[in-house]
Amino acid sequence: MAKITLQDIRHAYGPNPESDEDWALKKLSLDLADGGAYALLGPSGCGKTTLLNLISGLLTPTEGRILFDNADVTQASPEQRNIAQVFQFPVIYDTMTVYDNLAFPLRNRGIGEKEVDARVREIGKMLELDHMLNKRASGLTADGKQKISLGRGLVRSDVNVIMFDEPLTVIDPHLKWVLRSKLKELHHRIRRTMIYVTHDQTEALTFAEKVVVMKDGQIVQIGTPIELFEKPKHTFVGHFIGSPGMNLLPCTVEGGRAVFAGNPVAAANAAAYKGNGKVLEIGVRPEFVSFGAQGIPVDIVKVADAGRYRIVETRHQDHSIKLLVAEGLVLPTRQAHLQFDPAHTQIYEDGWMVS
Amino acid sequence: MSLELKNVTKRVGADVYIHETSLTLEPGTFNILLGTTLAGKTTLMQLMAGLDKPSSGEIWFDGRNVTGIPVQKRNVSMVYQQFINYPNFSVYDNIASPLRVAGMAQGDIDGRVEKAAELLRLKPMLKRRPNELSGGQQQRTAIARALVKDSDLILLDEPLANLDYKLREELRDELPKLFAGRNCIVVYATTEPVEALLFGGNTALLYEGRVTQFGPTSAIYRKPSDLVSASVFSDPPINTAKVIKRGEEIMLENQVTWRSPRIARAIPDGNYTIGIRPHHITPVTHARDASVIEGRVLVTELSGSESVVHFDMNGQTWVSQSHGIHPFEVGSTARLFVDVEQSFFFDGDNRLVGGAA
Amino acid sequence: MNKTVNQKAWFFVLPVVLLVAFNAIIPLMTVVNFSVQETFGDNVFFWAGVQWFEQVLQSPRFHAALGRQLLFTAIILLIEIPLGLAIALTMPRKGPWVSVCLVLMALPLLIPWNVVGAMWNIFALPDIGFLGRLINGLGIEYNYTRQPFSAWFTMVLMDVWHWTSLVVLLCYAGLVSIPDAYYQAAKVDGARPWAVFRYIQLPKLKYVLTIAILLRFMDSFMIYTEAVVLTGGGPGNATTFLSIDLQKIALGQFDLGPAGAMSIIYFLIILFFSWLFYTLMMKDEAR
Repeated sequence: MAKITLQDIRHAYGPNPESDEDWALKKLSLDLADGGAYALLGPSGCGKTTLLNLISGLLTPTEGRILFDNADVTQASPEQRNIAQVFQFPVIYDTMTVYDNLAFPLRNRGIGEKEVDARVREIGKMLELDHMLNKRASGLTADGKQKISLGRGLVRSDVNVIMFDEPLTVIDPHLKWVLRSKLKELHHRIRRTMIYVTHDQTEALTFAEKVVVMKDGQIVQIGTPIELFEKPKHTFVGHFIGSPGMNLLPCTVEGGRAVFAGNPVAAANAAAYKGNGKVLEIGVRPEFVSFGAQGIPVDIVKVADAGRYRIVETRHQDHSIKLLVAEGLVLPTRQAHLQFDPAHTQIYEDGWMVS
Repeated sequence: MSLELKNVTKRVGADVYIHETSLTLEPGTFNILLGTTLAGKTTLMQLMAGLDKPSSGEIWFDGRNVTGIPVQKRNVSMVYQQFINYPNFSVYDNIASPLRVAGMAQGDIDGRVEKAAELLRLKPMLKRRPNELSGGQQQRTAIARALVKDSDLILLDEPLANLDYKLREELRDELPKLFAGRNCIVVYATTEPVEALLFGGNTALLYEGRVTQFGPTSAIYRKPSDLVSASVFSDPPINTAKVIKRGEEIMLENQVTWRSPRIARAIPDGNYTIGIRPHHITPVTHARDASVIEGRVLVTELSGSESVVHFDMNGQTWVSQSHGIHPFEVGSTARLFVDVEQSFFFDGDNRLVGGAA
Repeated sequence: MNKTVNQKAWFFVLPVVLLVAFNAIIPLMTVVNFSVQETFGDNVFFWAGVQWFEQVLQSPRFHAALGRQLLFTAIILLIEIPLGLAIALTMPRKGPWVSVCLVLMALPLLIPWNVVGAMWNIFALPDIGFLGRLINGLGIEYNYTRQPFSAWFTMVLMDVWHWTSLVVLLCYAGLVSIPDAYYQAAKVDGARPWAVFRYIQLPKLKYVLTIAILLRFMDSFMIYTEAVVLTGGGPGNATTFLSIDLQKIALGQFDLGPAGAMSIIYFLIILFFSWLFYTLMMKDEAR
């Protein structure tokens, strides 16, 4: 168990970083509480895997310090930091059985066979591998192999933090579901710090207690899934989280109220706007848009069926607005009016939420 | 110009990759092959394209027997999961390559490439090489190359699987627009039920080398022909349980009784398997006398906009998916409401006998 | 994926097939022909059946040559395979030194084999050769033209110098193809370098090592050029390996019958051992 602190970390892969682009991770600091479930979420190239490898010790930061429980581990190896990592594709020792794979990290540390046996069987049962402990690891399916990778991390009782680098990439969707909830269950049971890197927002939001949203080597927002969903601080967070992402509509602010294409829109933070930003937008998630008798007049362009809800794409002048409609609800035919939930409509100034 | 598979099978040694399959695809349609990995999607697509010969059965295209005619002689394009482009060609040359092979005049090639690049927003990158592009741009180059040929049959084998989540969403929106107005047959393989639903068109459900159901996507989602089809076309997995129907009531194994839904009134009393999709089990309900189910909570997943609860149902794990935030304590007993009107009834052979219309 | 059958491919292969037929199969058939017949010259042949085969298999001279050959090949394999693997493990996998190392390793393989023999011939001469002078200077009696042990020592040294690079390059290619994640996972698991070697690198090198062993086995079993140039089979017949012996019988004594039989037996021995090695190393795959 450990509290993890990153102080003023900056990382570049090349030898002499000069311009902004040379830095894979721009200056950032992060505090991760002991026993928490965290997700690092962002598109390809945002720096999340770099950050993960810095925490695990597979990379040494160009600048800054990393502390585990206030002890400086910046120069320490992964073994010294006592971490476990599960990779994108299953990494197992082909020549060994499942049992030996799980026992490997313990044996390397010189732990006695009796204790090794107890731990391996315990973890085997937790991961539902107990009936195949004597099989050769190379004969398992992809999700079985990932479970072994996971097991190797769990089997050490003194592990400080377990890291996952997009671990469900090679898993089939219906098994992804099972493994995801298993990870959540595991975290609840063993209460160790877990850090999960992914570009899939569903994985991040369902697993983590706190999500770190990243873009271009920087942290954009840290928050609980609910905070990120209901109050995204930056339009990127609004866009990246949620499927489909947040509707962003250009607006102006007149007399303390937001106005979109001539239509007044009630926004939760209209009062806080000071009036010096260049680009003004209204952000409202499709979940908080609904059909009404009055409101913004729109034409219905497309209806996509997603099973339990439908995604309706509408147009007002040149702007596209999407909303979610429950299964079974009758839709208006061609023209309709949209209403935005005022509590969940925000004004964004140059990308950042006005507050 | 339809594509017809007549009793096609594919066997390699002792393994049967595709069991007897007959399928008809009409021009101008978007057809989805939905199934898990190794269900046979790629094999089926290769048979359709002429990349492989069926062990038995025939393939007919536009009224002619094309069984055994290799892909070079058919007018087919294919897009793969790994962004396959010629690494030493520029984007322009990549897109132009099938036209050059066909011996088209340079002027015509120019026109077509410009149009395809415009459609896929690749115009600013025409001079770059694939390794200088992002994953999404590489895949769009591959799609442009497939489109520029004006093929009769375009096959896409999980083309979005290696892309970022958000990029996948964007391309998913774009793809149907790209194929609209063309008279070709599009076949798209995927493992994700939600993707199939969002595309619409027609869907063929594949399970262990068999096509279990084929039809308009929404229709087969709402009326699966059997339990296997219902399971393949559900994400999260469909909840199932054995029930006994007696008159106005249905009884689950743990003695819980529900009022029989209207849809099941017509079927005779007896043993059935009931299938309920997770979003029809919710913590809140507006129905007056909704059926109730209780179970010990195993895991709760809150994703900001929805809650998923895994709970124990008589030794099985059932899943409830609902809008909004409903945090249940792990270990507590959750009280949930079931919309039994939306369930499916399957008989002893797992065929659908009663279900939501 | 199954490829479609394309009959045109046979036409592309036809020139090669004809070439191989002309250069290999026909001469082989000639050898078989000689091995079952007896001749005294003038193109007059008498059927001899298995007479030559019996004679060769029972001749002490053949047994001696075979014994020497087996010993030599065993020594070669025992030295070159582990040494090659060890060198490949120490070579850098990334960075500016990679190309330098690869070129250095490739150099010995580029030298014509008779030149190799000639080089070592002079290099190891006890009076004017650098190596010869060095060893004698250390107080060890060394003269490869007179002492069988020194001759063997020099032969082994020369072959190791010449051919270990092949093993190095093959193993290096295999090592480079192992994804980084395996090494990272091993680091995370706290594995020592020896464990990394045993559980990650060695299993992943299985195919490459099989090829390396097969190639080195076959080539060393057929060694001719370098040996002839270096020692000529001497001193006496200390380094007369199978192929040298064969040459002496066939071209020296012009005993075509026994030579033919010996060739066939030689061929079958190599075939057998190659099959044995391959099956042993690949038996895991059958599971």
